[in-house]
Formats: sequence, C-alpha cells, structure tokens
Amino acid sequence: MSVEDLTPVDQSITVKRNQIPVAYTLGGVVALAVFFTWAPWILPASDVTILMNFFILVIMATMWNLLAGYAGMVSIGQQGFIGLGAYATLYFAIKGMDPFFAIPLAVIVCAVIAFPVTFLLFRLRGGYFAVATWVVANSAMLIIGSIAFFGGGTGHYLPGLTNLSFKVLNHDTYLAAWFVALVVVVATYILLRSRLGLVLSSVRDNEVASRSSGAKVTSTRRTVFIVAAAGCGAAGAVLAISQPFIQLGNEFNLQWAAEMLFASMIGGLGTIEGPILGCVIFFVLQQSLQNYGAWYLIIFGALAVGVAIWQPRGIWGFVRDTFHFELLPVGYRVSGAGVTNEARSAMRTVRWLRRTQKTPLEQDDKSP
Amino acid sequence: MIWLNVIVSGVLLGGFYALFACGLSLMFGVMKIINLAHGDMAVVAGYTAVFLVPKFHLPEVWSFIVVVPLFALLGYVVQRTLFQKSIDRDPFTTLLVTFGLSVVIENLLLEIYTANAQSINIGSLIAKSWQVNNTIYVSYLSLTVLIVSVVVLAALQLFLSKTSTGRQIRAVSDDREAAQLCGTNYRHIFGIASSLAFATVALAGIAFGMYTSLDPTSGGVNLLYAFETVVIGGIGSLWGTLVGGILLGIAQQFGAHFNEQYTVLAGNILFLIVLAIRPQGLFGKKVVMS
Amino acid sequence: MSDPAAESTGLHRLAVANLTIHHGQLRAVDDVSFSVGASEVLAIIGANGAGKSTLLRTIAGLHTQTSGSITFEGEEISGLRTFRRVRRGISLVPEGRRLFPSLTLEENIQVGAQKAAAGFFTIDAAYELFPWMHERRRQRVGQLSGGEQQAIAIARALVANPKVLMIDEVSLGLAPIVIERIYEFLPTIVAQGIGVLLVEQDVSQALAVATRVHCLLEGKTSLVGAPSELSPGAIEAAYFGTTHSPSTPEESP
Repeated sequence: MSVEDLTPVDQSITVKRNQIPVAYTLGGVVALAVFFTWAPWILPASDVTILMNFFILVIMATMWNLLAGYAGMVSIGQQGFIGLGAYATLYFAIKGMDPFFAIPLAVIVCAVIAFPVTFLLFRLRGGYFAVATWVVANSAMLIIGSIAFFGGGTGHYLPGLTNLSFKVLNHDTYLAAWFVALVVVVATYILLRSRLGLVLSSVRDNEVASRSSGAKVTSTRRTVFIVAAAGCGAAGAVLAISQPFIQLGNEFNLQWAAEMLFASMIGGLGTIEGPILGCVIFFVLQQSLQNYGAWYLIIFGALAVGVAIWQPRGIWGFVRDTFHFELLPVGYRVSGAGVTNEARSAMRTVRWLRRTQKTPLEQDDKSP
Repeated sequence: MIWLNVIVSGVLLGGFYALFACGLSLMFGVMKIINLAHGDMAVVAGYTAVFLVPKFHLPEVWSFIVVVPLFALLGYVVQRTLFQKSIDRDPFTTLLVTFGLSVVIENLLLEIYTANAQSINIGSLIAKSWQVNNTIYVSYLSLTVLIVSVVVLAALQLFLSKTSTGRQIRAVSDDREAAQLCGTNYRHIFGIASSLAFATVALAGIAFGMYTSLDPTSGGVNLLYAFETVVIGGIGSLWGTLVGGILLGIAQQFGAHFNEQYTVLAGNILFLIVLAIRPQGLFGKKVVMS
Repeated sequence: MSDPAAESTGLHRLAVANLTIHHGQLRAVDDVSFSVGASEVLAIIGANGAGKSTLLRTIAGLHTQTSGSITFEGEEISGLRTFRRVRRGISLVPEGRRLFPSLTLEENIQVGAQKAAAGFFTIDAAYELFPWMHERRRQRVGQLSGGEQQAIAIARALVANPKVLMIDEVSLGLAPIVIERIYEFLPTIVAQGIGVLLVEQDVSQALAVATRVHCLLEGKTSLVGAPSELSPGAIEAAYFGTTHSPSTPEESP
C-alpha cells in the first residue's frame, strides 16, 4: 500500500496539526517559564510552598495521564514509585550525597525497578491490572518499612540539608519542583509527538488492528510504564526534599494516587493541558477549603466521579472539542464529514510516515 | 505443633477473607466490574452497626438483622444508578468511578466520625474460646465467622444453581446480549447481583468490626485482601474463593510467625506468585482475564 | 410483485417502514420497508455485508435505528428495550447461536421460557419436537455439535411463544444434511401462526421455504416478491448488483 493511496481525496476533509500559531504558544510558554523561575524572589514564602506542591502534583498528574489517558493503563499504585523515589533520595543522602543531586539517581532507581515489575503486571488487564499495581506499591512499602536503615515505621530525617537556611531551602526545593515539572511536561509532549505517541493513538483506536499491523504494543506500553514510574520517582524525590522528614505512610500514601487520578480526570485525560488544569482546580479547592478538613478531597473526588460519568473528556477536552482549540497539540486533527476513527488513525500514520521519510510533501506542520 | 497453630489460625482468618471476597467475586463475575469501593462499603456497614443500630435498641451482636437488608437495598440502588451509568460508558469508567467513590466514602467517614477506631460491642463473647490443646486456642468468634462464611458461600452457590433468578444471573454473566434476547432485563439482574454482593460485604464489615476495630481507612486494606483472595482462588468460582481466602490466611499467619511485619507482605508475595504462575487463579477459567 | 401488495394482505404483525440504520459512519440499512404477517415466512437475502443482521438486531432492539419506524401489532416499539420487545412477542435467534456455555441444555431453554407468554411451545413441547434434547438435557451445551446447538437456540427462542420469530443465519457453518433437518421444523412453527423473519445467505434454501423474499443490496432494497414470481436472473441481479440480466426487467434502484 503506497502512501499516496491513503491521502484524502475528499476535499471536505482537512488535516492539520495546529490551530494556534506555534510562535504564540511558544511565546506564552517562555513568558510563563520566566515567571515561574522568578517566582521565589517575588512571591511570599507561603505562596512559594503552595506553588511547589502544585508542581509536584503536576508531575504526578502528567505521569498518570500518560499511563491512563494515552496508554489505557489505570494504575492506583503510582504512590509506590513516589515512595521509592523518596526513599532512594534518602538512601543517597544518608550515603553523603547532596539530596538535590540524588533526584536524577532516584529517577533511575524507579525506572530500573519498574522494568521487571511490568513483566508481572502486564499479565493483567483493566481492573486486575489496577489493583495489582496497588499490591505492588503496598509490597514495596512493607519491604522498605522492614529495613531498619530507613528508620522502619518511624521514619528518617533527610540529611544534607541542615546547612541551608529555611529561605534558601524553600527556594531551591521550589526551583527543583518547577524544573522537574517543566522537564516532565516537555518530555511527555515530545514523547507523544514521536513514534510512540503514534502507536499509542493507534492502539486507542483499535488495538487488534494495530497489533496485527506490526505496532509494538507491549513494548510501547512498557516504555510508558517505565517513564511514568521514573516521573513519579522524580516527584517522590522532590517531595522528600520538601518535607524533609521521610515517613512510610506519607510517601506511600494512596492519597497521591487519588489526587493524580482526580486531577487528570477532571482536567481531561488524553490531553497535555488537562491534568495541569486539574491541578489548578485542586489547589484552588484545597486553598479555599483549607479550614474544612478533608472536604476539599471529598468535593474533588465527587467532582471526578461526576466528570467520569457525564463529561469523560474532562474540562479541557470539553473546551477543546467545543472551541477547536489546543495549546499543545500532540496529534493531528482530521476534520470533515464522513471521517471515521479508522480513517483518522490511518491519516495519522500517513502523516507520520511522511515526516520520517522526509518527502517533499511536508507542509502540514505549518498552521493554515 | 507451631505449624498446626499457623494453619488453624490461617484457616480461621481465611473464612473471614472469603466472606469479604465473595461479593467482589460476584460483581466481577456478573457485571465485569471491580468495585474499588468494596472495602469501604464494608466499613460503612460496620459504622452503621456501631452508630445506627443502637438507635433501634438492638444489641450490637444482632446488628446484622438491620444492616444486611439495608445494604441489600443499597446495593440494588447503587447498581441501578451510579454503577449502571459507568458500565454504560466503559470498564475504564467503572474503575475511576468506584475509586472516586472509595476516596469520597473514606473522607466522609473521617469528617463525620473522626479518625477514631470503632468496634462492635459483642459483650463477653469476644473473650470466649475453645482450647484445643495447650498451644492452640480457637475463639468462638473466629469459628462463628468461618461457619457463617461457609454457610453464605453454600447458600450463594445453591441460589445461583437452583433458582430461576440464579439461572438468569449465570446467563447474564455468560452472555448479556443473548440473555436480553431471552426476555431478561439484565439491568435488574445486575441490581440483584449487586444486592447480594452488598449484603455479603455488610456481613463481612460487621464481622470485621467485631474482630478488631474499624477506622475510616480500613477499607483499603480490606479491598486488598479481598482482591488477593479472589485472584488466588480464581475468578468466578465461589469455592475457589474459600480456598483462596484460606491460603491467604495461612500465608499471612506464616509470615507473622517470623515477624509481625511480614504478615501482609507474605500474603502479597503469595498473590504475586499466583499471578506469575497461574494468573487465572487456582480454580479459575482462563478466558476471563481480558 | 412489490411492496403494496404485501402490505395490503393486512393483519401484519411486524412492520418496518423507511428504516435507516448506521453502523458508525456506515449506512448499513437504507430506507427499507417490509412487513411480516401471521404464518408468513419472509426471507431476507443478500450478500455478506448487505445489512441483514443489522436489520434483525435493530428490530430486536440491540441496535438503534437512525430513522424510520418499527411497529408491532400496530404499535411503535422503537423506544422499547430488547427484553420488552421479547416479552411482547418478538424473539431473535441470533447469529452464532449465542447459547449460555456454563448452563446445561435444559437451563438454556429454561432461561428462554422465563418470561414466556402462554402458548403451544412449552419446554415439554420443545422436547417432543426434538426428542434427543430430553436425553441430553443435563449436558453443558458446549459439548454439543453445531447443529444441536442451533436447534437449542431455536428451541430457546420458541419456548417464549413469540408471535414473530426472527432467525439469523441458521445454516452458517452447518452441513447441508443438518440444515435440512433444522428447516424441517419450520412448518410446525408456521402452523402455530408464528410469523417468521429469516435471514439466509443460502438463496436456494431461502427460496424453498419462504412465502416472500426481500433482497438487500448494500443496505437498499433491491428486489421483493414471492419465490414463484421471481426469475433466477432477477434474483442474481438483485443479489450481486449486476445490471445486465437480459431476460428480466431491471429491479435494482
């Protein structure tokens, strides 16, 4: 089958990638980046702490969205990798390393642990996969808890930070959270625009068809799982530094899974922007209800349930589909009458092939 | 003799796990949904026994007389509304919805009844036990729970195989569409299955409240045990559930024998081993995994 | 020879008017109308993908139409769920038989009889019709042959005592001798006043048993008539959509 055979002959169908000129999106991102990097010097310390926690949740939600929204794997055990990331940081810090330098190492540790775990978990699907991720997280917690070196159930203070003043520590931790969040979001964006993103979207449309057409579905899923584990490990490492008393029940808390799930769900699964929007909503709720105990989480959870049933595309998905508007598009948008999912997926494949084969036809990355 | 003790206490614990798990197994078998709020439903049942039942001037030991029918009704209503709506979307949604529900329930209990542990008062029965020999004691309560769970499983089995509603439940779980073509309202059948599942989980929650104590976060761990029981025993087999519960109980007691910290971990490890070797469970059929 | 004649025979139980059904973006059935009366056998024929099964599934309520109406005994039933339509008297023997594999033969039939209307086809009557079933009633249906499973699927639908019985692809995957044996029961069914709507890929089989034939071509009606009125050439043209059939007038739209 040649590439030309699949090009749309119907003129009512158009293929485009970007609705907003790339320059505007890029400009906005740069302006935001400058603001967030400057933030610790212009905002009061309490706001910096809130922003820091926000970015930690952005990391988690983006990773959960990659897992569930793009690869269809519902995990309720990501807190396992958050905990492992935190404890890996603790390990390197006890061994004398600067905790900030331990962050990339914690990422590697989580990725390395995630690899063999996939062979066990990938035997299961759907709900069984979900609960099994939780069993794995629970086991990781129990194993860490039984190691006296890490302080067992009582916890351990993260060494290597005592020579920093509160203000400096707060700034540095904030910057770490912000940079890790930036790296995670940008990396996810790049990943989804690569061949991997293409395989994921073809699996989403029709798994059997994409398997039979030679897409490496399992290895793609494995890559996604490992990336998500690594990302959550980074979140855990930053979390450890921000606390900085490491306690089993805090790091391996199921609440992390709940928050990342609700944030991506409410914001909109399967979009880059959605989970970030979900995190904003979460923090607005949490801050405005901070005197009312756990009510913020009750409302957030109920909201997520409502969204799952009545608006499964989430708030951002609703905005995107209603106004045909995207800030960070990862796929091509095929629009027009009579376009089926299969056709969409086929056209994505064609466009991708063209891009990689560098044919002179390449024009679709420019906005109309 | 020590090992006999491990096995006896494992079996007793296993009966309780089986009681916990059979509702989960039933809902997965019939509706193909995993109710992640299963454990929290049990906690709510326990709290109902503690806080609501005394208002009826009923001893807490007899609380199940009120709570079980109440939960059967609740199960039907929740299934016909919230769960059915998520099933109509896709399996993915059922997971998100039940997980969300679980978190909401947990935090609501926390807000209303604080984080304090509650237990169901059964008077002097809690202390009574039967001494087998000088090292092995079997508490009346554990033995009662084991007997109750065997009776419940047998009754469920009998109901499913002998009654016409049971036959319809099996037909719907085989082929939902074909059952509709036989004039069966599958939504109603789902409601009945859910109602049975909720009734058993209410019993389990009450048993749990009698055994130890309940707090708002007990649900999570209980779901974990119930789920491990179902997977070890094999999906869709009620007697498999009993065997799964007993094996899990023995594994946990075995772990606890070395170190109290290893109790849960030993169960998790057994679960992961079964998963690696025989993912369909010991008594399960191979087809149901997808 | 065409629609109005059939409509005017009156007393039709099931009537479908201007029915259009989509399968995703694909228009599977396009503006189809017909009716089935008591003791009538209407055979829907057509090539693979002509929309026959979709049509039956829509009448049964497993699929929703885009437009058009489905009436049963004069009442619109499009809004009713599948089980309600079954309880009114429309049964479908689905393609691929779809028995309940974990149930025994007898239990399969019992499920069919659960909400049955009173009538001729009781479970005992089914056993009389198919004597071998009684002997094997305790067996799981998975162990039985394809032809036996097909017979059970028909029996399961019959014990509901439907007024219209829809049968989808009975002969699929069965040996000719087995197909013949299954079709032997059609007269018994028709004798009870049941209207039969048959989807059959085997045209000669359909022509042999049907009172009327309705041919679909890519979702559209291409030919309608009693078997005796139709020439093989016309049927071939309607079936395959070929335009050159020298001896008969052009039928397809």
